[in-house]
Amino acid sequence: MNRQPLVIYLFLLILLSGLFVGGLIYGAVSIPLDSVVNILLGDETERPAWINIVWQSRFPQAVTALLAGSSLAISGLLLQTLFRNPLAGPSILGISDGANLGVAAIMLYFGGSLGLLADFPVSGYLAIIFAAFGGAVAILSLIIYFSAKVRNNVMLLIIGIMIGYVASSLISVLNYYASSDKVHAFVMWGLGNFSGVSLEQLPYLMGFSIVGLLLSLLLIKPLNALLLGEMYASNLGVKIKRIRMLILFCAGLLTATTTAFCGPISFIGLAVPQMARLLLGSSNHKMLVPVTLLMGACVALLCNLLMVIPGTNNLLPLNAVTPILGAPVIIYVIVNRKNIQYFD
Amino acid sequence: MEERIVVETKGLSIGYVLKGGKQKVVHDCLDLQLFAGEVTCLLGLNGAGKSTLLRTLCGFQPPLGGAIRLMGQPLTSYSQSKFSLTVGVVLTEKTNAGGITVYELVSLGRHPYTGFFGQLKKQDREIIEQSLEAVGIAHKASNYVSELSDGERQKVMIAKTLAQQCPIILLDEPTAFLDVTSRIETMALLHRLSVEQQKAILLSTHDLDLAIQMADRLWLQEKGKAMGCGTPEDLIMSGAFESFFGKEGIVFDAKTGKLNIEMDSSPIGVEGDADTAYWVGNALVRNGYHPSQVKEGQWNICCEGAQKLIVTLPDGTVKMCKTVEDLMKILKAC
Repeated sequence: MNRQPLVIYLFLLILLSGLFVGGLIYGAVSIPLDSVVNILLGDETERPAWINIVWQSRFPQAVTALLAGSSLAISGLLLQTLFRNPLAGPSILGISDGANLGVAAIMLYFGGSLGLLADFPVSGYLAIIFAAFGGAVAILSLIIYFSAKVRNNVMLLIIGIMIGYVASSLISVLNYYASSDKVHAFVMWGLGNFSGVSLEQLPYLMGFSIVGLLLSLLLIKPLNALLLGEMYASNLGVKIKRIRMLILFCAGLLTATTTAFCGPISFIGLAVPQMARLLLGSSNHKMLVPVTLLMGACVALLCNLLMVIPGTNNLLPLNAVTPILGAPVIIYVIVNRKNIQYFD
Repeated sequence: MEERIVVETKGLSIGYVLKGGKQKVVHDCLDLQLFAGEVTCLLGLNGAGKSTLLRTLCGFQPPLGGAIRLMGQPLTSYSQSKFSLTVGVVLTEKTNAGGITVYELVSLGRHPYTGFFGQLKKQDREIIEQSLEAVGIAHKASNYVSELSDGERQKVMIAKTLAQQCPIILLDEPTAFLDVTSRIETMALLHRLSVEQQKAILLSTHDLDLAIQMADRLWLQEKGKAMGCGTPEDLIMSGAFESFFGKEGIVFDAKTGKLNIEMDSSPIGVEGDADTAYWVGNALVRNGYHPSQVKEGQWNICCEGAQKLIVTLPDGTVKMCKTVEDLMKILKAC
């Protein structure tokens, strides 16, 4: 039986709020709880440095984590349903690498001296978003091309991994000829980061992500029909070509936006839809899409908290944290796949 | 009641368009008719083009030539959404629906009727429940699809086409992979639906026995031949089966409706209790003998009952045996 979706929504919303507030309270610089509360309530008598940290750094970082987590999780879910493989995901299919390549081209080839994204003027980070999107869509098109030729899903995943390698090799060529400061900036970006988005840049991230997330909500009906396969779906009136393009566009947009702002983040896209299905006990997209969205946000916010090494001023790179949460989920799912309904 | 033609083809040519625009015709000049309220079985050996014909009728691939009319209107006049209200399909395609419930899967049949978000109205729910009832799976409505047996899954897919409320249902080998009881159940279900809901049902199958037993009409497909259409009985008695399935070494036995291995051994007479004689005949055929009328001067077996078989040798010697096993031993000894 399906679990009660309302209870799950409520649980996830409470968890989400808790983790979001947690992200504002807890960080590398310790600020007393009551001061944070005062700052959040608009009290301007607190220490200016603290006000700055909460509003200029922690708040955009938490919002970024929330949106990035939702985006990657939804992107993963869309790809898993489309390719009818619960082990598909933006990083596995090489789409993240495509976005990566686009960003590398801009940062390493055209980019001036730069730190992280924060130093880019508006046109600069728009260029990075478009480059990431271009790279992601290019890889996606290749995957679509091969998906028509290779019916076997596992083989297709391997092709995705291969394409990812090719993209990585192009990136290393770009790295090889770039100056060392650019390479350093690119490597730092590649470790993944929710803190690279400033309050001024935040609207851009929000705009692109929210468009993609809303689009995914509109795809719920055809996504359910696609559970039966493309022929059945077509017999049920789904315009397969159009829907396929829409799903890929949506997945590409969400992955590219997140990658452009936060770097290539592994495992969230792959693992969160699994967690959502396990929690929900259903692959009906009517519940699965919103639950995946909320869960992605929760997981990303949790990772954001786990990045802070307790008792120090240091942060772990994001991509050091996500596999620790994500990989066990995937291994659990694979080991137990015989007992997990949605694998059938 | 007047026979109502719901699918009609005229000079239909099916096949594939190859690279460079060349056509590979699998079968042409097909003049077929599918009737409401009837189950039609499409029989043919592998490679005869059954799947190609079904895919063409399902609208998954365009015909190479000729015309298809559905409900009196040409197929070309059907939009995808109108088609989805007319023809429901059950395919061999693997689904990933293990993680949704039976009810949710059947509700996908309402897809062509529901709005943008697929919200089910009261009427939709009633139709889904009726569909579940009609195939006898209502008691498993809230089970996961992954918990079902293969036979139950076919029932659910059939319920999906019922929820789709199409006058025509096309099924691609719905009894393949099913155990023998589920096969009969599925065929009986389809037959009942065709009568009760006046559906036109076409299915491809390799199940010769079941098709002869349950189908109202058969289509016998073979490369390079006109489709053999008619009731199973007419096709058998006219010798059409013989010419479609008679390969070297295989003969179609018009008496039993079975395909047998051809042999040229001398006949053995079998008489007596009908049940016993039937099974003795079965054993004889398997062992390369040819059961026939009792005649002087040959082996004859008189079946007095299940435990009493009297064998008369050509020279008049009489032997008694209790089991078919013993009987075969005697036959092989000579």
